[in-house]
Amino acid sequence: MAYLNISNVTLAFGGLKALSNVDMKIEPGLITSIIGPNGAGKTSMLNCISGFYHPTRGDIYYKEKKLTHASPHQVSNMGISRAFQNLELFSGLSVLDNLLLARHQNLKYSFLHAVLFYGKASRVEAENRAYVEGVIDFMELEAHRKSLVGNLSYGIQKKVEVARALTLGPDILLLDEPMAGMNQEEKEDIVRFVMDIQKERNITVVLVEHDLGVVMDISDIIYVLDFGEVIGSGTPEEIAQNSKVIEAYIGED
Amino acid sequence: MSYFFQIVVSGIVVGSIYALAALGLVLVYKSSRVANFAHGQIIAAGAFITYYLTVSIGVPVFFSFLASMIITFFLAMSVEKIFLRRLIGEPIISVIMVTIGLGSILDGLIYLTPFGSENFSFPVFLPQQPLSLGGVSISWTQLVGVIITFILIGGLSWFFKKSTIGISMRAVSDDQFASMSVGISVPRVFGLAWALAGLSAAAAGCIIGNITGLNFDTLHAFGIVVFPVIILGGLDSILGAVVAGIIIGLIQQFSSGYLDGNWGLSGTGEVMPYIILVVVLFFKPHGLFGIHEIERV
Repeated sequence: MAYLNISNVTLAFGGLKALSNVDMKIEPGLITSIIGPNGAGKTSMLNCISGFYHPTRGDIYYKEKKLTHASPHQVSNMGISRAFQNLELFSGLSVLDNLLLARHQNLKYSFLHAVLFYGKASRVEAENRAYVEGVIDFMELEAHRKSLVGNLSYGIQKKVEVARALTLGPDILLLDEPMAGMNQEEKEDIVRFVMDIQKERNITVVLVEHDLGVVMDISDIIYVLDFGEVIGSGTPEEIAQNSKVIEAYIGED
Repeated sequence: MSYFFQIVVSGIVVGSIYALAALGLVLVYKSSRVANFAHGQIIAAGAFITYYLTVSIGVPVFFSFLASMIITFFLAMSVEKIFLRRLIGEPIISVIMVTIGLGSILDGLIYLTPFGSENFSFPVFLPQQPLSLGGVSISWTQLVGVIITFILIGGLSWFFKKSTIGISMRAVSDDQFASMSVGISVPRVFGLAWALAGLSAAAAGCIIGNITGLNFDTLHAFGIVVFPVIILGGLDSILGAVVAGIIIGLIQQFSSGYLDGNWGLSGTGEVMPYIILVVVLFFKPHGLFGIHEIERV
């Protein structure tokens, strides 16, 4: 059984089928990309995995656990974290506080420890702070540590969004168009981070992206969606030769 | 001069109770952007529960005060769970209409009991002789009321600032999607906001009831008087509610103290909060401590 197993998932809004009978297998340690034209159902797929939508039919399993009807906070606590396409950050907080907040739900020490701030409490706080600093270094956000997120540029905010998802210490990281709206230099930056996330941190990455060039370069497995259906899957080489995919992207002759 | 200070003292007493009564509205608004028009009924219910436990069952007054806060805590939490949980994602105006409906239902239920129409008062448990300090006097009921009010406001602010659940509540008020993605259960936070609103409303109801006597119409009118307070304070700021509560309390006492009886005026204290409400909405719609929201059209 695959790591994250999506079987026969259909998502319907009334008569509109956003996804129909989608099968995907996400294998551990790989970068799996989901591509497709606008409105193909890519983000809907991520929403189903992360619990914002629940499939009308079909099931999603993570290892042995059934995710089909889990709510977003449960999915997040299981080790699947997500960076949003449209920024969803706590814009009134600093970068550091945004990331610390992501660790906050895992703080487990008693009220007494907290009051005395001795023993477990101070140790756990120090560990969390160290973890967050590690992520800040990793994402090269040192210069913006204390800046209010709302004041940062779009490109940096996208990086904070990815950093916050990483701070949760996930096994699987869902990235929804992390490169949308970025210039070439920023895109290359993000590509490098995505590859480092996979290699150095051993995190399984699920990437939704528009930029075909990037996807072909860094993905291990690609799924192509069109009108809510999987029209092709495989390695980048296989996808490049798949006639259905070429048709969906370029149109018929 | 002592007349002036007497008015300052009663202004602060009334104002701090306004602040406590407004706190519940702020908590609910802050987490879910809903203005709760059934707040006054919860204030009244809290006071009557305390009265019932003390007088009809014979529980010591302090314990029935605590019990009433616990009961309204769960009462408000179940109201949220039964009526408002399913409205998450619906337009805010529908949710507000539901709270108005809930207010009417609670009105009806309370009018069915003897509490709806008659006047009651808590048994006397504090010294009757007012404290006097340099010509300014304050009754024990007022003093104890103010102390409990400040303890509760302090406790709730601390909880909101420092505890994990409090931080989750602030996170939800900032960005719901981001909160869910870092593992916060948004429905749980909404439930808790309502529960804490219920708890503080009950406390406010008991303190008011102990000072002015228990009358349903007076008590539930507090649910409306707190609106000028939260508008002046900026809707989603706890500090704003406290400062605005005291400002409104002072203005109210000063206008009844100095304006009433002159130039043929009377009852100015009752009108003043609403005049402030209109003025604030004209000139500073986000209040003293509210967030300036700039929306790009």
